[in-house]
Amino acid sequence: MSTPSVEPVPLPSKRRLAQLAMLAFAVLITLGAYANVGLAIDGQIPSGMLTYGLSLGGFMLAAYLVLAKFAPWADPLILPLVTLINGLGLVMIYRLEESDAFGASANTQLLWTAVGVVLFAVTLVVLRDHRALQRLTYTAGALGLFLLISPLLPLLGKEENGARIWIGIPGVGQLQPAEFAKIALIVFFAGYLVAKRDVLALAGRRLLFIDLPRARDLGPILVTWGLSLGVLILQKDLGSSLLIFGTFIVMLYVATQRTSWVLIGVLLFLGGAVLAGMIFDHVQARWEIFLNPEDPVLYERSPGGSAQLMQGLFAMSEGGILGTGLGQGQPRVIPLAISDFIFAAVGEELGLTGLMALLMVYALLVERGLRTSIAARDPFSKLLAGGLSFLLAWQVFIIVGGVTNLIPLTGLVTPFMSQGGSALLANWILIALLVRMSDAARRPAPQAIQDEGMTQVFQR
Amino acid sequence: MNSPLKRVALACMVMFGLLMLNVNYLQAVKAEGIREDSRNERNFFERYQVQRGRITAGNKVLAESVETDDNTYKYERRYPEGKVYAPVTGFFAPESEHAVEQAKNSLLDGSSADLLIRRSLDLFTGAQTKGANVEVTIDPKAQEAAYKALGASGKKGALVAIEPKTGAILAMVSIPTYDPNELSRANKKVVNNAYAKLEKDEDQPLVNRAINRTYPPGSTFKVVTMAAYLAADDTLGPQSQVDAPQVLDLPNTTADLPNYAGAACGSGRVTLSFALEKSCNTPFGKIAMELGYDALKEQADAFGIGESVEIPMEVSPSSIGPEEDAAALAQASIGQRSNQMTPLQMAMVAAGIANNGVVMKPYLVEKVADAEGTEIEGADPEELSEAMSEENAAKLKEMMVNVVAKGTAGAAQIPGVTVAGKTGTAETSEGRDPHAWFISFAPAEDPKVAVALIVESGSAGSDASGGQTAAPIAKSVMEAVLNK
Repeated sequence: MSTPSVEPVPLPSKRRLAQLAMLAFAVLITLGAYANVGLAIDGQIPSGMLTYGLSLGGFMLAAYLVLAKFAPWADPLILPLVTLINGLGLVMIYRLEESDAFGASANTQLLWTAVGVVLFAVTLVVLRDHRALQRLTYTAGALGLFLLISPLLPLLGKEENGARIWIGIPGVGQLQPAEFAKIALIVFFAGYLVAKRDVLALAGRRLLFIDLPRARDLGPILVTWGLSLGVLILQKDLGSSLLIFGTFIVMLYVATQRTSWVLIGVLLFLGGAVLAGMIFDHVQARWEIFLNPEDPVLYERSPGGSAQLMQGLFAMSEGGILGTGLGQGQPRVIPLAISDFIFAAVGEELGLTGLMALLMVYALLVERGLRTSIAARDPFSKLLAGGLSFLLAWQVFIIVGGVTNLIPLTGLVTPFMSQGGSALLANWILIALLVRMSDAARRPAPQAIQDEGMTQVFQR
Repeated sequence: MNSPLKRVALACMVMFGLLMLNVNYLQAVKAEGIREDSRNERNFFERYQVQRGRITAGNKVLAESVETDDNTYKYERRYPEGKVYAPVTGFFAPESEHAVEQAKNSLLDGSSADLLIRRSLDLFTGAQTKGANVEVTIDPKAQEAAYKALGASGKKGALVAIEPKTGAILAMVSIPTYDPNELSRANKKVVNNAYAKLEKDEDQPLVNRAINRTYPPGSTFKVVTMAAYLAADDTLGPQSQVDAPQVLDLPNTTADLPNYAGAACGSGRVTLSFALEKSCNTPFGKIAMELGYDALKEQADAFGIGESVEIPMEVSPSSIGPEEDAAALAQASIGQRSNQMTPLQMAMVAAGIANNGVVMKPYLVEKVADAEGTEIEGADPEELSEAMSEENAAKLKEMMVNVVAKGTAGAAQIPGVTVAGKTGTAETSEGRDPHAWFISFAPAEDPKVAVALIVESGSAGSDASGGQTAAPIAKSVMEAVLNK
């Protein structure tokens, strides 16, 4: 009979103080940037500085306190990183509002941030154990599907800018349900894949150097593919379509470890893309623009011209290495500067330096999420955390890559930066889920308080 | 599941790496090329971020930049005097400038190296850099009188007034013209539309007729032919006799050279002064054929004809035409055929005679001073050429005084002032109305102003003539300068 080691297991540190300091730092950077905008534009500190600082600082302190109470072991870096991105987004929107950019409203965004923090707190308080979500696998799937198609429903749906992705809620305004659908779908994917991964991973035959799945196991991937194509065709929302399908493929790969799924996914994607390109002018237009953004004919074309993209590129070129400085550029002329093109607006005023820092913050956030996934103790958590983190990375890649013309441009919001309530709320929930899982992953396993012999101690 | 997760983490790193590389490529390597694109409106906003200097004439503000409450277009360019000074000021369009606005652009917007010290001081004290102010030589009274007189009753044409002793341009009018305010708005589309409309206009209001259009000078050119004749022989004077047939037979052609309206010129043998007073064609044709092309060309060159002049705007070169046969020469000598002069060039001819034969280089900018009033550039009157000897200039002056006193230009007489002048009525083409010209200077004994003007064909009726149509306009401008 072996004696269990009496040495105490080294506990991961909670690093609560470090987290508070980093949070304060993120808020301070934001406030500094806010003051900077005012000084550059009017030569004085903005009059709303105090209210603004107190609100943002207050929200984040509240978020921190909830986190400290309900998820004490959570990753200390996640909340400060999100605060910094959210804060910079607010500053940029304020700055655009100051130069009368169309639709920019920093107050609305601040309000949405408050609601986002409330949802973050509520998620943490209500969802004490994220594994409860696993039991809701099919509910989440149905909810996700419903949210996704809700804009197509006659009474709810609204069409704007050619994309039918909005629903109107009387008294509240309008929401983009796809933002919430993404989270629900990822919960569903995680739950479903945990249940089915053995079949999907093991059955099949080997062809040449690759393990092919059985034809009947192709069901889920084909259904998801169909779903994405549906989003693309019926709602003309290229970005969301690519986002959902890509995330699903990655989760499928993580669940099964089979490269063949990725290959099948890529082939299906290419097939879908070519098909869509043949059927839809707007898809083909994006491709032409990607290849030749500077072409004057494409530039003048409307709708579907490259003017938007080029204006973004002009802005970033104007910014150069150090940027024009906050409040000193002309991001107003970029179309959609407050939403899809906010990255270009930041590039103009904060330059390459600012963009590199921003990308680094996003990369760190994603990395903390994936770390949570690796540290997680059960497959569902691993898949969910991995899926959510990849979703974030993939979304940043699609929109930033599009704006910088690395890949064809498809409209998506820049997480935590773009103006718009739905995306912000959904992303704060996403972060709450990651925080909840990181708390579970980092919480030390219960220690044996006495020699329990062969008995294993489990946390339930 | 950890090994695929690690691969996903790696994939995410690659994705962020690609984004970072691309952003670096975009903002550090490719930026300059993209930035320069004409579709980048920022290039155009920058123009409105600096308080551009003023353009003034005397105590009149011709152009100024006024602060707006718009952040994108901080300053707006305004021209309080509008159309009257348009050929002088030019305009400040979103993508270009014209006339003085263009010629002195780097000083007006403060970017010139001459303002380096000022700029570094501003950097030090934190003051906002302002452009330098430009003062032009225009005499507002003369300019306004000219604009009023020339623009009256729908006439088209141009007028230039010069101070003979210095070459300073006292008035420069071109009609029809445009409102520079409309071409200087901070809105590309509006300006481009306004510009396109003006450009399509048959009357070409955008062209500064005073310096950028040439016309046959008609009989006003006879003073140049006369100058060449006087230069050829010292013994000649106003009272020397010349042949003045009713019709001059042109060699090797079937055409003849008649006098104006086919009239006789005196008794067929007249004095030089009489020939000029009555503007007979035949004696000048004969003189020119006697002198030959080279002598006439030499005299023309001496008045600066054919030389490229910048005032600072570039002036289109004038020319008496290429060497052809004797018939062509005879026609050129009375300002026809391929003889083409700008109004400014004819003003230089008048000013040269007035200034004892010395032609001064014409200039429009009196002074450039930075925002604090320190002079950066000042006018420095320069001799362009010596067109005539002092004695010959005096002889020609005497004849031109006679033209006004008892010849074709009675309408230019100013009580108490001796005015010298020469009319011109230039044929354009068969069946079209003539151009009416007049060149003059006053007072003859100590000239303060020389004027040349043209009233374009068709804008003053079919009986337009230098004496009836153009001379009174010159008179009102000279009066304005002389304070009469």
